[in-house]
Amino acid sequence: MTQHLILLPIVNQLLVAVLLMFFYGKVKTQRVLSVAGSVLNLIIAGLVLQRVASHGFLTLQAGNWQAPFGITFIADHFAALMVLLTAISGLAVSFFSTKTIHVKRVKFGFFPIFHFLLSGLNGAFLTGDIFNLYVWFEVMIISSFVLLTLGARKQQLEGAVKYFTLNLLASVIFLTAIGVLYGITGTLNMADLALKVPQVENRGLVHVTAILFFIGFGIKSAVFPLYFWLPASYHTPPAAVSAIFGGLLTKVGVYALVRMFTLIFTDDLFLQRMILGVAVMTIFSGALGALVKNDMRKIFSYLIICHIGFMIGGLGMMTETALVGAVFYLIHDIVVKTNLFMVAGMVKKVTGKQDTRVMGGLYSTHPLIALLAAVPLFSLVGFPPLSGFWPKLELFRAALTDGFYTTFAFLLFGSFITLFVVAKMWKRVFWGEIITPLKQGFTLFDDETPQRKLMFLLPIVFLACVSLYIGLGANHVWQLSQTIAGELMDPQPYIEAVFETLNSAEYEN
Amino acid sequence: MKSVILKTASDYLLPLLLLFSVFILLRGHYLPGGGFVGGLIASIAFILYAFSNGLAKTKTLLRMHPGFLMPVGLMMALLSGLAPLFITGQPFMTGLWFPDPAPVIGMIGSALFFDIGVYLVVVGVSLTIIFTISENA
Repeated sequence: MTQHLILLPIVNQLLVAVLLMFFYGKVKTQRVLSVAGSVLNLIIAGLVLQRVASHGFLTLQAGNWQAPFGITFIADHFAALMVLLTAISGLAVSFFSTKTIHVKRVKFGFFPIFHFLLSGLNGAFLTGDIFNLYVWFEVMIISSFVLLTLGARKQQLEGAVKYFTLNLLASVIFLTAIGVLYGITGTLNMADLALKVPQVENRGLVHVTAILFFIGFGIKSAVFPLYFWLPASYHTPPAAVSAIFGGLLTKVGVYALVRMFTLIFTDDLFLQRMILGVAVMTIFSGALGALVKNDMRKIFSYLIICHIGFMIGGLGMMTETALVGAVFYLIHDIVVKTNLFMVAGMVKKVTGKQDTRVMGGLYSTHPLIALLAAVPLFSLVGFPPLSGFWPKLELFRAALTDGFYTTFAFLLFGSFITLFVVAKMWKRVFWGEIITPLKQGFTLFDDETPQRKLMFLLPIVFLACVSLYIGLGANHVWQLSQTIAGELMDPQPYIEAVFETLNSAEYEN
Repeated sequence: MKSVILKTASDYLLPLLLLFSVFILLRGHYLPGGGFVGGLIASIAFILYAFSNGLAKTKTLLRMHPGFLMPVGLMMALLSGLAPLFITGQPFMTGLWFPDPAPVIGMIGSALFFDIGVYLVVVGVSLTIIFTISENA
């Protein structure tokens, strides 16, 4: 049964989604089922990572079709870790949605779609086949489109049109790239591609394909210059939805980029310089955007873009230290960004507002919430010893030791702007005069029962604890990141793991 | 739509089209056809019936909300994918087949159950969409 473990994160989410569909319209059952499914998923994800850490890579040939022909599923440390992070964020958001998602939205199938989205995410992390990766991206896009438009307010639809158009365009480019790649190598298996792409003589064509992939994944992970769909849409849906979007959806793009450019399109100075250039511009434009916005969730949206630049920059530098930094940043960013969007939802629940200019005094009225919000906010900035500090340190070190001085300057610039933006937000929202909350058609936080108050805060506390662990127990996370970076720098074991099942795959009855 | 010709024809076409959809579903493994096309043909049968006899009558004919077919079909497809794990210990989605063909139906295996799942999902989705549109029109 051990090799089947790898599929459990996907199958479990699918199963939960289908079960939820049986209880269509039954709000209470759906809430319980969703949280229970997410807890189970967290356990499974933990088991997968533990298994990978103790016994090496997990591989599975779906349908028993052997490696270059069938669909391979492979869990190395990177994939297993991403599945675990998805499970952590998924659990927090699932719990958060039970209290914050309106009954009407639940009746229109919020929870099944949410779990379909998570199964798409898990699939994208675990697959070892590039066309299958495309399919999982489609599962995610369609689910995310439903989540984004559910409720059909005018503002939501406006954001969704931009979101959907650009993401669909990205999918078409991605699919075209797969077609070209299949044309020149005759295979879709990622390990097989890693062997065959370096042998292709027409390097120009390989470059074009690589750039097509970069554009496709780049749009999905919101890098410069095609990032504008993100701030246009992420502030429109309910807080729980933007939390899962902000925490995970763009990071899948980053994951796919890291996979592609460490496994298939490797050792190419031109591509690395291009990635680095784009990363620098992404940091710059994201930071500038965050400076001028006032809506809390819009600020976070621009900060997502800015910090995507950090990770892509780590990929562009392509040294082991830089990859450690990028992977560590990814770990920190998923947890913190998910939490920040939930904090934004919490602040809206307390004040009835989203615009930071008209808020104030939360620190004196709700000191505990302020303290809670401080953890993700200052982790984001990277106050030592909170979680943002360590990956930034690693990235700076990578940039300085290998002479990427321009990148270093931009990384520093991005960090300082983040600090400035967060400080400004802190001053506006938590300090200053106490401003009376605005009634806006939902029960304000102060009017809720103590038990419900606790339910609102619990997922935020949970994620804050996780990011505190990443910061204070940085040694563990750093070691894990280093293992991952080592695996990424040397893809040979990955390739062998995929083809090894060829010989030992005699599943006799 | 009140047309005697359509009404008379649809009474005969409903069973005929349903039979045809099952035929398409069964031949689908090696030949053109399968769950998706079969499901579409089956839903066309019901839509034609709804055109001539009205929505309310079609719903009583179906006895349940077509949306219910979606999770049933999905569950069936998922379980047929999981079946090899429990029966032979082979990987997800491995095809399992009975050694001898059954009369009329032909070879029976996990792929057939997957296809039936697809068939149900397609019927459920397309009927839900059409019914919702015509209710709101």
